[in-house]
Amino acid sequence: MIPAPALEIAVLIWGLILLLAEAFADQTDRRGFATAGILGLLAVLVASFFLAPPPGATTTGFWSFYTADPLAIFFKRFALVTTILVLVMALDYAPAIRMGVPGANPHAGLGEFFTVPIFTCAGLMWMASAVDFVMIFVSLELVTMSFYVLVSFTRRNPVTLEAGVKYLILSALSTGFLVYGITWIFGVTGETNLARIGAVMTAQNFDRIPLLFGMALVLVALGFKIAAVPFQIWVPDVYQGAPTPVTAFLSVGSKAAGFVVLLRVLAPFSMLPQIGRLLVGIAALTLIYGNLAALPQTNLKRLLAYSSIAHAGYLLIGVVTFAGTAVAYYLVAYLLMTLLCFAVMVVVGNHAGDQIEDYAGLARRSPFLAFAMLIGMMSLAGVPFTAGFLGKFFIFDAAIRQHQTLLIVVGVITVGCGFYYYLKVIRAMYWLAPSAGAAPVEPSALSRLTMTLLIAAIFVLGVYPQPILDALNLPAGRAAISMTR
Amino acid sequence: MLFFIVFAPLLAALLILLGSPARWTALLGAAATTIATVLAFSRYQPGRGGFQFVSSIPISQSWRLHFLLGADGLSLTMLFLAALVLLCAIWFTPPLEKSERLFYVCLLLLADGAIGAFASLDLFFFYAFHELALIPTFLLIGIWGSGNRFGAAWKVTIYLALGGFILLLGLILLYRSVPPALRSFDLRVLQVLATHGGIATNAQNRIFLLLLIGFGILISLFPFHTWAPEAYASAPAPAAMLHAGVLKKFGLYGLLRVALPLLPAGAQHWNTLLVVLLSGNIIYVGLVTLAQKRLDWMLGYSSVMHMGYIFLGLASANFLGLNGAAVLMFAHGISIALLFALAGEIRQRTGTLVLSDLGGLGKVMPFIGLAFGLATFASIGLPGFANFAAEVMIFFGAFRVGADWHGFHLFQIATVLALWGVVISAVYMLRAYRTIFMGERSAAQFRGWNHSPDLAPILRIPVILLLAVTLVVGCYPNSILRVLRPTFSTPVISTNR
Repeated sequence: MIPAPALEIAVLIWGLILLLAEAFADQTDRRGFATAGILGLLAVLVASFFLAPPPGATTTGFWSFYTADPLAIFFKRFALVTTILVLVMALDYAPAIRMGVPGANPHAGLGEFFTVPIFTCAGLMWMASAVDFVMIFVSLELVTMSFYVLVSFTRRNPVTLEAGVKYLILSALSTGFLVYGITWIFGVTGETNLARIGAVMTAQNFDRIPLLFGMALVLVALGFKIAAVPFQIWVPDVYQGAPTPVTAFLSVGSKAAGFVVLLRVLAPFSMLPQIGRLLVGIAALTLIYGNLAALPQTNLKRLLAYSSIAHAGYLLIGVVTFAGTAVAYYLVAYLLMTLLCFAVMVVVGNHAGDQIEDYAGLARRSPFLAFAMLIGMMSLAGVPFTAGFLGKFFIFDAAIRQHQTLLIVVGVITVGCGFYYYLKVIRAMYWLAPSAGAAPVEPSALSRLTMTLLIAAIFVLGVYPQPILDALNLPAGRAAISMTR
Repeated sequence: MLFFIVFAPLLAALLILLGSPARWTALLGAAATTIATVLAFSRYQPGRGGFQFVSSIPISQSWRLHFLLGADGLSLTMLFLAALVLLCAIWFTPPLEKSERLFYVCLLLLADGAIGAFASLDLFFFYAFHELALIPTFLLIGIWGSGNRFGAAWKVTIYLALGGFILLLGLILLYRSVPPALRSFDLRVLQVLATHGGIATNAQNRIFLLLLIGFGILISLFPFHTWAPEAYASAPAPAAMLHAGVLKKFGLYGLLRVALPLLPAGAQHWNTLLVVLLSGNIIYVGLVTLAQKRLDWMLGYSSVMHMGYIFLGLASANFLGLNGAAVLMFAHGISIALLFALAGEIRQRTGTLVLSDLGGLGKVMPFIGLAFGLATFASIGLPGFANFAAEVMIFFGAFRVGADWHGFHLFQIATVLALWGVVISAVYMLRAYRTIFMGERSAAQFRGWNHSPDLAPILRIPVILLLAVTLVVGCYPNSILRVLRPTFSTPVISTNR
């Protein structure tokens, strides 16, 4: 039996070892580091199924800012799977890294590109367990710092540099909002632990205005992380400019962590109706903006950027209705389908580009990649028998249960929009003739295997949701999970 | 048995993807499915009634979700229709220039969506199976379509997706409107609940409206019908056969299976609206059909118009009307599939479907002329064809509603209008027949005539098959009423007036 905190420590140590080894390895092939990273994370993933149960409700010491409830364990595994898949993608992306990094050494930069995601993974795992504002802040910063490096990694490319600068400035700004918000909340309640904040709020009669103000500031920072309107401006440029595996990591890992923190942070504040109303507004705006802005896109990465904003909107419906299980399920579906799309994009992007027209006639050039993309797009659009459909199903179910009529109406209309822009990609791949000189593209054996697994997972979770629902419904009477009815 | 029927087309599609010869695999799969449905049809025991051949696989305990298959007379009739039309559609597929494999896979998936929905007793899978047809429709129209295929493909896909999601909301609301301990997507459980008044009237009204709009979009209920003619006109003939003949019946099947029996009060509440809308289908769309200048558009609009009659049978909600509606679903599926198939053959030979460019084809292709004529008669509803038997039942059923009313009840007005609708459809169908097959050969460009322009003998088999089925049912309606009757004599329906 392994104590839960050992997982992050193992990930961190493994990352440090690889980074150190990389510094001394002179001419070895750096791809070994990615493989080592994948294997290490796989080992941790396996270990996460043999965890010792966390001690009972302790509110002091270590366990006052760290929790190992089912939600946390679930998202630790989520972070591990995401990172493993991102590393697989990074292996395919290696040629682009070599071109994008200055220096004569053919291995320059590759080692770091393969090891930094491991630190991000550790940060994401801590975020999943954080129940104290200090812990939330620190783990969030670990994630953000590593993303600063990753986003602007291929620094010869001016678009990437632009993306890096935008991400750095706006992310730092949002961090400022987060800290300022935390101080306001601490100033009112005198606590940083979320459970105790909730207890103070129920016990005492105090001025709600400063508390709401602090919470609004925290929501600004989290809104930035999950790409909710009106904090979404950075998303399209950064997604387009960042190296494709990093874009995938940002859109899945960073977003998922943002939603876990959002679920946890909102738990004590759920009795404040103002926050609920604010979130309904943000969710509706996010849905409308993300879906409408995605309609005219011609660059696939930008399209997925707007679609990730749109999906943040659906996820926010789940947050507003306190449907933790639905949010978690949607995130899993989102992980599978987004990473599948990005995996195809990495392979195709190496040969052609990221414009939708580069995908013209892909069905005839490389049927397998086109099929994988078709499944990814179907799932993103929400066609039944895919995981994406069940995700939307649970979200709409939660909205119906809570009588959120506005969000339901907006949600259904935007689903219709979604079909348009996802089908645009399918149209390019299946209707259009390949442009002259477009060569057939073949994925490597590893990424072919990964894509096959992802496709299988999308279909399995599309008809058989029980494993995920079970993983979230373990008999745990902890405070944070009680809201995931 | 049902397992085989549902998974045979999927299996065939998978085999084609893996590389077995596309056309033969598809034909074989469809033929096996058809034979299996005929077997199931003959082995169904009407005396026992209810759902038979039930099999169930648990999926999710917390949602009480099962992969539940089962069939009664109504579903068996629809399954037979779907399998038969699938078989004929595959048979009618001409040699294709591009991606033949993908075409057959799409066709099989399209039909399997309908088959799965007809065989599902669990509302979740009933819904999910139907949406299986969405992407194949998009690809079929987009890749192999003609005319304004791009616009049509977008339009039909987005319409159907939206209709589907509205329907989904209705189904979730239905699931939620039941006390927590009894919640289930199992149709049988819900039916028992509905008979004991387990669903509040208030909730029924809301759910029925959502279902009516959702299913209505899928069925092309007036004013949500604009996607249908364009889609059918642009789709390749086999896709149009399946979509107009079978897939559209999913919505009607849903109303018959879910909306009416589970939500009788909701149906009562929205009945007036439904009657007004269906009159729009019959009269307004009927007049629009009269004005069409192309055969494919005309057939598309006529199929929208005929939905009005089926709606009339549904709205009357009595034994006669519902039986008539079910028979008309079957009969219309066959006649419209035949008409689209023949229109496709004409287009292949002449390169055009503009009515004014065609003429005198009866002399050069007598078999197509004869078959088209018979299909026209069937579509109008001449005695002897299944459509006649069905429409008569619907008219009697609908006219009887409100017979104790002083003066003319809404239903009687609608029935009279519908009878005039028959005249409208006779006008446009016969006029089209005259322009295409009678008179002088026009100067239209005839292309691809190597030896004989008439239908190849091998292609006559599916035509004869379809005509024979509609004639048998028309002359002896009891052949399918025998199994249909128990469905509509359950207490749920008879309480509904």
